[in-house]
Amino acid sequence: MNALTPSQYLPETPREFRHFRAEKFDFASFFFGGLTGLATLLILAILAVILGNILWNGWDGLSWHFISTIPKKDFFDPDTTGVLAMIVGTTFRVLVMTIFVIPVGVITAIYLTEYAPNAALATRIIRAAVNNLAGVPSIVFGLFGLGFFINFIGKNMDALLRNPGPVWGQPALIWASLTLAVMTLPVVIVATEESLKAIPAGLREASLALGATKLETVWKIVLPQALPGIMTGGILAVSRAAGEVAPILFTGVAYYMASLPGKLSDQFMDLGYHVFVLSTQSPNIEQTRPILYATVLVLLALTFALNIVAIIIRARVRKKLRALG
Amino acid sequence: MSEITLPRITPLAPAAEAAGAGAPVIHVENLSLFYGAARALKDVSLTLGEKVVTAFIGPSGCGKSTLLRCFNRMNDLIDNVRIDGTVRIGGHDIYGANVDVIELRKRVGMVFQKSNPFPKSIFENVAYGLRLHGESDKSALAAAVENSLRQAALWDEVKDRLHRSALGLSGGQQQRLCIARAIAIRPEIILMDEPASALDPIATSRIEDLILDLKKEFTIVIVTHNMQQAARISDYTAFFYIGELVEFAATSKIFTNPANQQTEDYVTGRFG
Amino acid sequence: MQTPLENELDELKQQLLTMGSYAETAVKQAVEALITRNDALALKVKENDDVLDRFEIEIDDLAINLLAKAPLASDLRAVTVAMKISQNLERVGDEAAKIAKRARDLNGEAPLKTSLDLPAMAKAALEMLKAALDAFVRRDPASARAVVERDKEVDALNKQARRELERLMLESPDNVLRALHLMIAAKSLERIGDHATNVAEEVVYLCEAQDIRHGGK
Repeated sequence: MNALTPSQYLPETPREFRHFRAEKFDFASFFFGGLTGLATLLILAILAVILGNILWNGWDGLSWHFISTIPKKDFFDPDTTGVLAMIVGTTFRVLVMTIFVIPVGVITAIYLTEYAPNAALATRIIRAAVNNLAGVPSIVFGLFGLGFFINFIGKNMDALLRNPGPVWGQPALIWASLTLAVMTLPVVIVATEESLKAIPAGLREASLALGATKLETVWKIVLPQALPGIMTGGILAVSRAAGEVAPILFTGVAYYMASLPGKLSDQFMDLGYHVFVLSTQSPNIEQTRPILYATVLVLLALTFALNIVAIIIRARVRKKLRALG
Repeated sequence: MSEITLPRITPLAPAAEAAGAGAPVIHVENLSLFYGAARALKDVSLTLGEKVVTAFIGPSGCGKSTLLRCFNRMNDLIDNVRIDGTVRIGGHDIYGANVDVIELRKRVGMVFQKSNPFPKSIFENVAYGLRLHGESDKSALAAAVENSLRQAALWDEVKDRLHRSALGLSGGQQQRLCIARAIAIRPEIILMDEPASALDPIATSRIEDLILDLKKEFTIVIVTHNMQQAARISDYTAFFYIGELVEFAATSKIFTNPANQQTEDYVTGRFG
Repeated sequence: MQTPLENELDELKQQLLTMGSYAETAVKQAVEALITRNDALALKVKENDDVLDRFEIEIDDLAINLLAKAPLASDLRAVTVAMKISQNLERVGDEAAKIAKRARDLNGEAPLKTSLDLPAMAKAALEMLKAALDAFVRRDPASARAVVERDKEVDALNKQARRELERLMLESPDNVLRALHLMIAAKSLERIGDHATNVAEEVVYLCEAQDIRHGGK
C-alpha cells in the first residue's frame, strides 16, 4: 500500500488562516531595535577610538625597563624615565583608601539599613548628607583634605608627639588616602545598602525568631550574603579613586620623589598626576609624547588589573555562597 | 445444636473531653495592640492549653497573625507598636520589665508562611540555633541535627546531602527544614504562621501529618486560612474578626455547631 | 447573591420536600385503597414507589457531591440530615407499597367485620409525617419534638389493633388470613410513624445540633 504524503492527507490551509502564518513587518520595533543597536555601536566605537589611540601611541614606549625603573629627576628624557614610583604610589594610596573606606562605609550602611528607625530625623539627615557628599567636586575634597587632615589633625598630631619638624602636618600618603576614602564613601555606602536591602526580610526574621540578637543576625546571616555587593562597592570606589588627581593634589602627591614611599607619612608620585605633569611641564613635547602615552597606558592597565583582581575575588565569594554555607 | 456465643459489645463511651489538654501554657488577658493610632487587637483574652494544636482562623486583617507574633515578641521589630494588657507564658509576663527576649524566643519558636532557610548547608541551617545558644561539640550537634530532621520527617530525604545548600530543596522540603531548625533548640511552643499556604496539596498534607506528630511533644499554635486544615489538625480553634476574639472552643464544636452567628457565617463561607 | 454552595443546598432541600410530598401521597393513597377496597389505586401506589426510590438515589448523589466541597457547621449538618431523611422517606414509600399490597390481597376476599380503627391509626401516622416535614421546612425544633412525643400514640394504637386482630383470629380460623393481612398493614402504619419520628429527630439535630435519637435529649 502506498503511504500518503502529508500534503495528500492534510487539508489545504483554509484561506482565512493564511495571513497568520507570516509575521507582519513591524516598523516601530525595527526602528527602535536599530536605534539601540546604533547607540551601542557608538559607545563601543568611542571606547575603541580612545583605547586604540592610546595603545597605538603608547605601545612603543612600554617596556619592562620603563615599568620597573624609578625615574630620575628629569623624567622628560626617555633615557632617564620610568614609572615604577608612580605605580607604587598609585597602588599604595588606593589600597590604604580601601582599608579605610570599606569598614566605615559598611558600618554606616549597616546602621542605616538595620538599626536606624526609618522615619527618624537623624536618619534622614544622615542619608541627605551621604547623597550630598556624592555630589561634591573632587577639588573641594582636596582642599578639605588639606584643611582638615593636614592642617588640623596632622599639625595637632605633630604637637602631641612633639615632633621637631612637621611629620604628619604636611602632605602624606595617609592623608591622600583618607581624602580619597571620604570621597568614595557614598559609593560604598550605597552599594552596601543596596545589597543589604536585597536580602529578604524573611532571613532576618528567621534568625531573630531562633533567639539571635540583631548583631548576631547581621554578622552571621546578613553580612555574608551582602559580601558580593560590598565588594562591588569596593570595586567602584577603587576604579574611581585610581584615576582621581584633584583630591591628592594638596594632600600627598609630589612632583618628584627619589625613592619609593615607605611610610604612611611619606609623599608619593602618582600616575595620573604624572600624566598632567608630562603634558604641561615638558620642555620638549615631541620627546615626551611617547612617555606620556605609555604612562596613560600603564594607568589604564593598573586600574584594569585592580578591577580584575577584585572581580575575581568577588566571583569566588559568590560561588562559595551559592554552593554552601 | 451448640450454643451461639455473641461477642460482647461494649457501649460507646460518652464523647471524651477534647484531646487531653495539659496545663494551660499561654494566658492572654485583655490584650490590645496598636500600630501607631490604629488598633489591631481589641481586648483579647484566651488561654491556650499545653501539647495541643490551637488554630487561629479569621478573614484577612483580623489580627490572628498579629496575636501570634505577640507570643514571641516578634512585633517588637515593628516601629510604633504599643501593647496593653498581659501575655503570660508559663506563668511569666513576657512583656514584663526584666524579660530576656532571647530566652523567650528559645522557648517559643516560629515557622513562617514563606519558608526561609538560610543560604547555608542543610546541616548548618538546623545547627544554627544550637550554635547560637552555645553548643559547639561536634558530636552533640550532629546528634541533635539528625534528631530534629527525623522528627521533621526529612532525615531520609537529606541524610546523604547534609552539607549541600538548603536552597536546593523543594518548597515542601524547605518548609520541613525550617520546622526542623525551629525544633532543634527544643522550644516548648511552636508558632506557625500559615506554614502550608505556599505549598502544593501533597506537601501540605505532609506538613499536617508532621504537626499531628509534633503535638505529642510541643504546644502548637497555627494561623491558617484553610478551614478544612484547621478542622483536620487542630484540637481548639479561635475565630477572630477585626481584632476581636469572637469565639474560642473545641474544633469539633466550631466546625459542626458554632455558638456565634458570626463564626457560623465565616465558617460556612457566607462572608470573608 | 448566593454562593454556588448555597444554591446546591437549596436544591437539596427542594428535592427533599418534593420527595416528602410524594411519600405523603403514597401513604394517603395506600390507606384509601385499603379502606375503600380500591384495586386500581393500590396498583398505582405500587408503581409510584419507583419514583421514591429514584429520589433517594438522586438526593444521595447531590449530598455526596456537596460533601466533597467540605461544607461546615450548619451546612454540614444539613447535608448529613438530608441523606438520613431521604432514606427514611424511601422506607415510608416501601411501607406504603406494602399496605397497598395487603389491600389488593384483601380485595380478593370478603370484607372482614371488625371494629378495627385503622383509619385513626393512618390519620395519626400521616399527620406525624406531615408535621415532621413541615418542621423541616420551617426549621422548627419544637414541633419536631412534638412529633417524637406522638409516636407513643401510634404505638399504642398498633397494640390495640393487634389485640383486636388476635381476638378475631382466635374466634374463627376463617378470619386468620384476612386478620394477618390487616396486622401487617397496621404494622406498616406503625413503622411509618417510626420513620416520621426519625425525620423529626433529624430536624432537631439540624436546628440545634442535639442528637435526640435513642433517648437523648
